[in-house]
Amino acid sequence: MWEFVLDRRGQIAYQAFQHVSLVLQCVLLGTLIALLLAALVYRSAAATSLANGVSAVGLTIPAFALLGILLAPFGFGITPAVIAVTFYAALPVLRNAVVGLAGVDRSVVESARGIGMSRLATLVRVELPLAWPVILAGIRVSTQMVMGIAAIAAYVLGPGLGGFIFTGLSRLGGANALNSALAGTIAIVVLALVLDLLLLLVGRLTTPRGIRV
Amino acid sequence: MSETLPVPSAPPAPARRVSGVPIRLEHVTKRYPGQDRPAVDDVTLDIAAGETVMFVGPSGCGKTTLLKMINRLIEPTSGRIHLGDEDVTNQDPDRLRRRIGYVIQAGGLFPHMMVATNIGMVPRMLGWEKQRVTERIDELLDLVGLDPEQYRDRYPKELSGGQQQRVGVARALAADPPVLLMDEPFGAVDPITRQRLQDELLRIQDELGKTIVCVTHDFDEAVKLGDRIVVFDVGARIVQYDTPEAILAAPAEEYVADFVGAGATLKQLTLTRVNSLHLRPVTTASVGDDAADAVARARAAGDDFVVVLDRRGRPISWPTLAEVSRMAAIPATVDEKLPVVGLGSTLNDALDTMLAASQGGAVVLGRRDSLAGVVTIEMIMDAIQRTRQETAG
Repeated sequence: MWEFVLDRRGQIAYQAFQHVSLVLQCVLLGTLIALLLAALVYRSAAATSLANGVSAVGLTIPAFALLGILLAPFGFGITPAVIAVTFYAALPVLRNAVVGLAGVDRSVVESARGIGMSRLATLVRVELPLAWPVILAGIRVSTQMVMGIAAIAAYVLGPGLGGFIFTGLSRLGGANALNSALAGTIAIVVLALVLDLLLLLVGRLTTPRGIRV
Repeated sequence: MSETLPVPSAPPAPARRVSGVPIRLEHVTKRYPGQDRPAVDDVTLDIAAGETVMFVGPSGCGKTTLLKMINRLIEPTSGRIHLGDEDVTNQDPDRLRRRIGYVIQAGGLFPHMMVATNIGMVPRMLGWEKQRVTERIDELLDLVGLDPEQYRDRYPKELSGGQQQRVGVARALAADPPVLLMDEPFGAVDPITRQRLQDELLRIQDELGKTIVCVTHDFDEAVKLGDRIVVFDVGARIVQYDTPEAILAAPAEEYVADFVGAGATLKQLTLTRVNSLHLRPVTTASVGDDAADAVARARAAGDDFVVVLDRRGRPISWPTLAEVSRMAAIPATVDEKLPVVGLGSTLNDALDTMLAASQGGAVVLGRRDSLAGVVTIEMIMDAIQRTRQETAG
């Protein structure tokens, strides 16, 4: 095992970088989409429950199935991988953003409007910052989950550590097959933990002192 | 600084500074879809510039809805709203609200922003220069009785309920709006704090002369703060609109009489204010003064205690002569339990304060928390005796 890793350290490092890069970019994109959607729906009760429904149902779609469906229009490569990973990344953030925005004290929002802040200013300067800890919790869940889903994206020849896992599994019983699958899996777990720690730090730095518990 | 204060006589209602503008509501109606009766039904109301008008009535009578239609947090279904000579019914609501101060229960402060940022919000939206905003923040903290150095950089959760409410008032006054709307502003604080906040508001209003509209469910609060009171019934029907004295003396309907409550003689306690009494002058001493000298002056004046003032002239304690004579110099100790009332406090408040502090008197504060004199329980008893004799005779 150790030998396997040493021999391929360049390749592993490169794929690890690709993996993290895919995950981070997709989480960022997913977060932006989720926040936009949340901002559109959170004022209406009907739209809010629709959004919650979508995020609940969306998470039950098997990643394999979604990737398979995406193969037809987009073919193999990076596009279906990005679309699928972004889709899964957006869902937990959407749910938490809707919950977080709905949880902002109504009296604070009313006083923001009452002193003459526009709807947009109220959202950007008051509601989003107050909902931020909840949204960030969603981003953390999202990142963890998507680290695993990005591995499956290797099935459509997307970038990342999933390649090692699939190569290993397809040659099971052959030389280094188990090593390959294990190396891919362990690297993903380690990177996921590191990313989570980083996000925790981001949370510390971006949560205003006035709302820290 | 250290001399016996002159007796402040009952001030003959001086011409007050007025910076407010009149408000006129014309046939204002609010109808919610799916309700057969309008929440506010064809209300016409004139509020004079610089007056404090209190809205009272049972819950659900539409008084809060009517208040929120003045700054158009709730859009009227029909009717016109005038501020000064301007018809603001169709003005951009955000820009309108920046010209109207708004205070809600518990202050409604932004928990993620510091006190200074909260207060500076409206001036910054109006595009004031940074320097001017900073100066204004300190000025306002000073006005509401909070030390800028100490409170500027705190977060709302680091303040007590009463302090948050003060910051709420400071934020509402930040851009010097002519009109101040308050929605049950003192509902969430304990009685003693509420009374101090009310005194504070009276003092601020005395300095500024804004047009204030305030919703309350507490009739005593309405009597204390209001130049006029509007009593509402369901649908925001105006049952009576008059001065507190007139409403207490002659309730327009059975309904108002019920609302006002019984015990008319003791109601006088909420009508009579501390500034109408002949306050007792008192010997004062500043922090660091020679104690023996202070004792001598107090003896000469016939006082058995001394009121200690800090550097800004605010009373901080009132040690007895026995206590003072044991010291060399006047100490800077702040007596947290010092009973204080404002000139605008009612006799009811003063009595409450004394009872809460188990003291036979209270220190009276004038403008900017400076000392105005001392009120004693005997003076209040005398005042009650007088009104009883007047009512009887």
